[in-house]
Amino acid sequence: MELLHAIFVAPFVDMFTLPAFLLQVLWEGFVSGVLYALIALGFVLIFKASGVFNFAQGIMVVFAALVLVGLHAMGLPAWLALLATIGVMGLFAISVERFVLRKLVNQPDAILLMATIGLTLIVKGAGQLFFGADTKSMITEELGLPTGSSVWEVFDDIVIFQHIDIAAAVIAILMVAALGVFFSRTRIGRALRAVADDHQAALSVGISLNQIWAIVWFASGIVALVTGIMWGARSDVSFALEIIALKALAVLILGGFTSIPGAIVGGLLVGIGEKLAEVYWGPLVGGGIEAWFAYVLALVFLLFRPQGLFGERIIERV
Amino acid sequence: MDAAGGGNAPSAAGAGSGQTTLLDIENVSLSFGGVKAITDISFDIRAGEVRAIIGPNGAGKTSMLNVINGFYHPQEGAITWKGQRRSRMRPHEAAASGIARTFQNVALFKGMSTLDNVMSGRSLKMHRGLFWQMVHVGPARREEIAHRRRVEEIIDFLEIAHIRKKPVGKLSYGLQKRVELGRAMAMEPELLLLDEPMAGMNLEEKEDMSRFILDLAREFGTTIALIEHDMGVVMDLADRVVVLDYGKKIADGTPTEVQSNQDVIDAYLGVAR
Repeated sequence: MELLHAIFVAPFVDMFTLPAFLLQVLWEGFVSGVLYALIALGFVLIFKASGVFNFAQGIMVVFAALVLVGLHAMGLPAWLALLATIGVMGLFAISVERFVLRKLVNQPDAILLMATIGLTLIVKGAGQLFFGADTKSMITEELGLPTGSSVWEVFDDIVIFQHIDIAAAVIAILMVAALGVFFSRTRIGRALRAVADDHQAALSVGISLNQIWAIVWFASGIVALVTGIMWGARSDVSFALEIIALKALAVLILGGFTSIPGAIVGGLLVGIGEKLAEVYWGPLVGGGIEAWFAYVLALVFLLFRPQGLFGERIIERV
Repeated sequence: MDAAGGGNAPSAAGAGSGQTTLLDIENVSLSFGGVKAITDISFDIRAGEVRAIIGPNGAGKTSMLNVINGFYHPQEGAITWKGQRRSRMRPHEAAASGIARTFQNVALFKGMSTLDNVMSGRSLKMHRGLFWQMVHVGPARREEIAHRRRVEEIIDFLEIAHIRKKPVGKLSYGLQKRVELGRAMAMEPELLLLDEPMAGMNLEEKEDMSRFILDLAREFGTTIALIEHDMGVVMDLADRVVVLDYGKKIADGTPTEVQSNQDVIDAYLGVAR
C-alpha cells in the first residue's frame, strides 16, 4: 500500500503543492529536450537523405565545439573562429562524401553503419590529437551569448531561468524553422526530399546524389556545431558529450527516424519525461533514473509503435 | 514562350522529317558477372521519331534503357549522343544533357504532391541561389512563378489538374504513370525514354496515354523511345521498331516490316530452338 501511494499519489501531491518547483523542473526538462531534439535533428537529416544511421553524429557535436574553442584559443576572434569552424564542417562533409559514402553507394545499411562507426573513431582520434582530451569551457561570452539569469515570481515562489537556456531554446526554434523553409521552398530541399523517396527517380530527373549527400552532411554538421555551442555553454566541452548524444537514439525511436517534427517532439518528451521521473520518482529507486529513462521509453515504443510517433508506417509487402 | 525558356520543343521546327540521328548505339554489350544482358546490339534513334523497343520478357529492353540514361555502363560498344561519343555518363549528367525517362514500376516521390513531383522535373532548370529561394522574393520568386506556369501547362495537357495537390502515393496506378510522364515532360527533354508506359492500364487509360504520347511527338517534336508489350499500341504509335530477344537484336524496321519478320513471330510464339 505504501509503495502504491509513493508511486501513484505522493508525486502528484508534491507537484500540486509546489507548483513553482514543478515549473522549474518542466523548464529544465524542456531545455535539455531542446538539445536532444537538436542532436536527433542531425541524425534525421542524414537518415532521410541517405538511409544511413550516422553513428558519428555525437562525436561531430564534440568535434565542432572543440574546433571552435581550439581556434579561439589560437588567437582568432570569436566570430572568425565561428566562421572558420563552419568552413571546417563544410570540408568535413565534402570529405565524408568523397572518401566514405561515394565508395559505398548501394551497399547494405549495415556496412554504411559500420563506416560511420569507423568515422567516429577517426574523428575522435583527430580531435584528441589536435585539441587534447582535457575538458574545455565554451567561449560563451565571446560569442555574445547571454550568461545571466532571470527570476520569475509565481505562486508565492520563484522560478529561475538561465539566459543561456532561453537563448538555446530560441536558437533551436529558429534553426528548425530555417530548416523547414529550406526543405519546403528551395530546389535543393525539394531534391533532398526526392532523394529520400526514390534514389533512382531522383537520378533520372538530374539530381546528383553526391552533391545532395555533401549538403546534408554539411547541414547536420552545422546542427552539430549549434548543439555543441549550446551544450558546451551549459556544461563543458568534453568527449563525454558523445555518450549523451546517444540518447538521441531513443529520441529517434520515439519520433520516427525520418521525421523532423518527430525529432523535436521526441526530444521534448525525453527531456521533460526524464527530469520529471528523476525528481518525483527517483528517490523511490535511489535516483539515477535520468540515465536510463530515455532507453526504457524507447523500448516501450518499439513494442507498441515501432515506426515512432511521426515515422513512415512500416509496411512489408510480400 | 514564357520566361521558363525554350518550350518543350528544342527540335520542333526541323525534326519532323526525322532524318538526323539523335542517338546512335553501336555494338553495345552489357553483362552482369557471367550473365549477358545485352549482346552486340546496334540501332539508332532519329530526332523527332517514336522508336519502339519490343521483345519477350527478359529480352534486355529495360537494360537497354538503363544503358541509354547512364544507370548501366556497357562493357563494350559505343554510344553517340547528339553527335558526341560519350563515356561513362552518369544518370544525372544524362538528365542534364536532355534525356528524361519513366520507369516500369513507377518511381515517383510518393510523399510529395502531384504538383511537387512534376515540379521536381524542373530542378535542373532553376538557377537562383539558395538564399533567394529561401526568402522567396525578387528574381527567385519570378523564376519560381515562371516554372510553375510551365508546370501548370503540363498538368493541364495531361489532364491531371484535379489531383494537383494530392500525394501521389494515394493515386491509382494509371494516374501515377501519368504523373511520372509529367515529371519527365517538365525536364523538356530532347529524348524521352518510356518504360512500359501502358503497363497495368485499362483500355481507356491506354487510349489516353497513347494520345498524350502522340501529341508529345507530333506537336512538341519530342523524340521518344518506348518499351511496350501491347502490340496494338506499338503499331499505332511507333515510326520504327527494334526487336530484342535474349539480349540480341533480331529485327529492326517499320512496324509492318517487323510484324511480318519470321524471327519476330518465332520469338513471340516461342519456337523450339
